[in-house]
Amino acid sequence: MRLDCPPNVKIIRLPCTGRIDTIHLLRAFEGGIDGLYVAGCLEGECHFLTGNLQAKRRVEYVKGVLKALGINPERLQMYNLSAAMGSRFVEIAREMTERIRQLGPSPVRTGKGREV
Amino acid sequence: MVVAEQKPFEEILEMIKAYDRLIVAGCKGCVAVCAAGGEKEVRFLASAIRTARKMEGREVEIKEVTLERQCDPEYVEQLRAFVGEYQAILSIACGVGVQYLAEHYREIPALPGVNTTFVGGAEKQGLWTERCQCCGNCVLHLTGGICPITRCSKSLLNGPCGGSSGGKCEIDPEVPCGWQLIIDRLKELGEFERRYLEILPPKDWSTSRDGGPRKVVREDLMK
Repeated sequence: MRLDCPPNVKIIRLPCTGRIDTIHLLRAFEGGIDGLYVAGCLEGECHFLTGNLQAKRRVEYVKGVLKALGINPERLQMYNLSAAMGSRFVEIAREMTERIRQLGPSPVRTGKGREV
Repeated sequence: MVVAEQKPFEEILEMIKAYDRLIVAGCKGCVAVCAAGGEKEVRFLASAIRTARKMEGREVEIKEVTLERQCDPEYVEQLRAFVGEYQAILSIACGVGVQYLAEHYREIPALPGVNTTFVGGAEKQGLWTERCQCCGNCVLHLTGGICPITRCSKSLLNGPCGGSSGGKCEIDPEVPCGWQLIIDRLKELGEFERRYLEILPPKDWSTSRDGGPRKVVREDLMK
């Protein structure tokens, strides 16, 4: 395959997306990150049964919080793919990079006030 | 437990806009259990406030603290050591906690970060429902353990009313008729004939809010 991920994507490994708490997502934005996506297993395929479904709800909750704070919720996404889908993984990394590039830097870093 | 829910972020940000040094105070009691004002929520709210302020290019210093309870003077007193360094306290305890902080620390404002909603319990994770209106004169022994004051939308003591249909209340097809619940329960207990035919007299509401703020005195516990 030999596919390259964009170098701006930093991968944080977790045992399961069910481990993600809302504070993890929010703290990333507080730290000034431009975009963030959660890559969980396919729905219905969670080894721990509902980890990815819980992550989905938490991502949705934080998207609502970001909107209330004035950050474009598009900066946070959840994707579902299996460990065998390497090409899809790279496709998502590129898609997300392009999306964030279009949105520009996070308003938390620029200090220019609400973007939405 | 006392059930509360967080106020909208927009409202909180508006409330604190004049302050740059803030205490966000949680409570490990009821509001921690209903995920509105515990240690976790303190962390999340403080992070949200800092994020919003960074977007304005304006720093905010937040002291995150969660007290054992905000409804007991000895725990409220624990803020004394550092309260003078801050401009306001944003409490995410119930309304009691906010008022206790306001009474204790008279130099700076105590602000509510949650709406205190009702006295109730968890039906399942993430869902809380009302069970008690603190009327001060419990009749649960007469109504099969189901509160007519809370569960009946009209707080009828001798129900149901004409708005009960198919076991649901006319205010919302999702809301069960409180009196249907009572009747079903009395039948389960074999008490229907005895209890339901008994007309309950008008309630003495002087134990409720009609008599002004209430108090409970236990002289045997006083020092």
